[in-house]
Amino acid sequence: MNFEIFWFCVIAFFWAGYFVLEGFDFGVGMLLPFVPRDDAERGAMFESIGPVWDGNEVWLVVAGGATFAAFPAWYGTMFSGFYLAFLLILVCLIIRVVSFEWREKSKDHRWRHIWMWANTIGSAGIAFVFGVGLSNLLHGVPLDSGGDYIGNFWNLFTGYTVVGGIAFVLVFAFHGAIYLTLRTSGDLCARAQTAALRLAPPAVLVGAGYVIWTVAVAADQNDKNVFPPALPAAIAIAAFALAAVCAYRQRSGLSFTLSAVGTLGMVATLFTSLYPRVMVSSPDFANSLTVTGSASAHYTLAVMTVVAAICVPALLIYQGWTYHVFRGRVGGEDLTGDTGAATAAPGDSPAT
Amino acid sequence: MSLLVSSTTVDLARVQFATTSIYHFLFVPLTLGLGPLVAVMQTLWLRSKDERWLRLTRFFGTLLLINIAIAVATGLVQEFEFGMNWSVYSRFVGNVFGAPLAIEGLAAFFVESTFLGLWIFGWNRLSPRIHLATLWVVVVASWASGYFILVANSWMQHPVGYKIVNGQAQLTSIWALLSNGFALRAYLHVILAGLIFGTIVMLGICCWHFLRGRDVDMFLKAAKLALIVAVPVTFLQLIVGNRFGEAVTSAQSMKIAASEAQWKTCQPCAFSLFQIGGFTEQDQTPSFSITVPRVLSYMATGSFDGQVQGLSELQKQEQRTYGRGNYMPNIEVIYWSMRTMAYAGVLMFLVAVLGAWLYWRKKLERARWFLRTAMVAMILPYIAATAGWVLTEMGRQPWIVQGLLKTSQANSPSVTTTWLGISLGVFIALYVVLLVVDLVLMRRYANPGRPEPSEEVSMPAVTY
Repeated sequence: MNFEIFWFCVIAFFWAGYFVLEGFDFGVGMLLPFVPRDDAERGAMFESIGPVWDGNEVWLVVAGGATFAAFPAWYGTMFSGFYLAFLLILVCLIIRVVSFEWREKSKDHRWRHIWMWANTIGSAGIAFVFGVGLSNLLHGVPLDSGGDYIGNFWNLFTGYTVVGGIAFVLVFAFHGAIYLTLRTSGDLCARAQTAALRLAPPAVLVGAGYVIWTVAVAADQNDKNVFPPALPAAIAIAAFALAAVCAYRQRSGLSFTLSAVGTLGMVATLFTSLYPRVMVSSPDFANSLTVTGSASAHYTLAVMTVVAAICVPALLIYQGWTYHVFRGRVGGEDLTGDTGAATAAPGDSPAT
Repeated sequence: MSLLVSSTTVDLARVQFATTSIYHFLFVPLTLGLGPLVAVMQTLWLRSKDERWLRLTRFFGTLLLINIAIAVATGLVQEFEFGMNWSVYSRFVGNVFGAPLAIEGLAAFFVESTFLGLWIFGWNRLSPRIHLATLWVVVVASWASGYFILVANSWMQHPVGYKIVNGQAQLTSIWALLSNGFALRAYLHVILAGLIFGTIVMLGICCWHFLRGRDVDMFLKAAKLALIVAVPVTFLQLIVGNRFGEAVTSAQSMKIAASEAQWKTCQPCAFSLFQIGGFTEQDQTPSFSITVPRVLSYMATGSFDGQVQGLSELQKQEQRTYGRGNYMPNIEVIYWSMRTMAYAGVLMFLVAVLGAWLYWRKKLERARWFLRTAMVAMILPYIAATAGWVLTEMGRQPWIVQGLLKTSQANSPSVTTTWLGISLGVFIALYVVLLVVDLVLMRRYANPGRPEPSEEVSMPAVTY
């Protein structure tokens, strides 16, 4: 395997990691207005993702940065072409980032409501727009011979890409509900379980429909055979279906693992379908951006490979450790109702 | 300024980058400086078991987190904006410029974000030592992050370690890129700026509490820490800023000449402290000016007899090298941004020295005139940093990458003025809201009239 293909895989890996990890905290964000009964439970939901969402989001930052370094032509065309879509994503990201820090800064009911909705809208918005945007890489957008986007904003919305957006939203909502059943306790946990069961059928159906459609689009628009993309697609469908079954049987741990595998499979289907191109051009297929055509030179990719070889294993270890530290359940009857109390104040620590 | 009323796509893209990056850098340096100060406080608490250090850790930790939230959020905009508004630039530099950005994410930002979560929520889940270590890791990672960003930025000022192949800059040496002398000096300059932000803001907040007579003994401890750091860093910054001029002279002679409105080549050269007029080609001699002999020679070359090339001569040279065109930045803006930065730097040094002297004479908490001054001085680092970036980036014009690519040719061809107008409007609206909320929160959480932190239900460092 040469460096170009390797970096295409690395970028696919970062996107997959981003959606598996941030996917569940998007899901928790989307469920904020619906699952909790009161502000304390809402606080517990925030707390279940509080320590980890920021680290999860960096997967996106690195996916973007690695694209810039390894595939400058792809980075330039995608970000400038999907301009308003990325603007929407940025707005959603910003209001979501600050909502975590700011919501609890006041007891005022309206204030907390505003930032809860900021988180919910941000989470659903990012999931939807990324679903639409990434689907467009495969579905094809109008590019000129210089590799510049010549369509408008509405070109990004077609039946397939909108289903992609909806699939991302539903799959992450389900993934987040399952995560909540693992990380919360008591009544909140029971209601998260109910939410997971309600979300399971649409998530599985739309998720499966989306990956199948992806394989079909790959054949239509990207000159691919059915076989390589069909493999991750089959894994994704099986994993989603089994995740739903496990959710019904209240096997939360297994269900969460399977919805993570399903998300991985979904992203893998998309990127397998995309290869050897990174952005399909339609109607002028010849203007498509390819992996080799948009990649950086050998030296840059070699340097980046060394950096990634050191940093990625370390990353997996320390993020894994974070999940280990915060594995305990939050909220529920066994803890006092207040949002801050679940983590207890530093002043209560034995040292003081 | 013609820049603001012009509606061409390049100008709109420039205004947008200027707005979003200046805004981003209002929050970043405070986190660079406040981070280590909070870490020192928590360390002192762990060693002394003095409850006051814990309360200070929580107090300033809250302010730190409020700022980190915006710094992170607005940093995402910066990363996307290269591709969104400057696609030609991105394709041209990606091989070189993209590498430090990607390394920043992989090696620094990942660490910073993950360990920040551990610090915020780890108070009771980690042993006190490990918990403290997580904050130090955050600090080191945020400093490393700054380094990689400045490596990228400095490459635009002084490109090294590359060759041009098929109209694309390609990296030839990662070591040349990482050890770019321009980058190392810029980094030192920015780290010192961060520490100045941290200490001057901390000192100002302590003084606010002295004025109200709240927790005087506790905030005296914080003021002492702030002053111990502030005096040397404000002083060092004057030297480093000065020596930085030398690197700029060799990499960007035009920027130095512009920052002095020096039209004619001179040897030795006087430094202009203040002048009226003399900023355009037609009007090269100021109608009024105050100058100090030989100081410009020293700042630009390191020798009191050094020669500094004038704007007119440089313009001719550049035309010979790069063809017809105007190679001068906006002289008046560059001249005044340089002075605004430098004068603010001197004022901050004076505030730090005065504060230290008052502290030493045990009069700090009662010197009401100084307390008010120190509170007002909190604005100075913001002014200095903004002026510094205006000088650095506008002084590079007309180039986006010095000598290699012009700003006017680097924007995204597919992005229309409408899109740019929409995004600029959205960012400005959003950023104004964020700034208002940030100021309200900072004021509330720094306010001496606020109840004791320990009486609060939600703890500063334990959120949600």
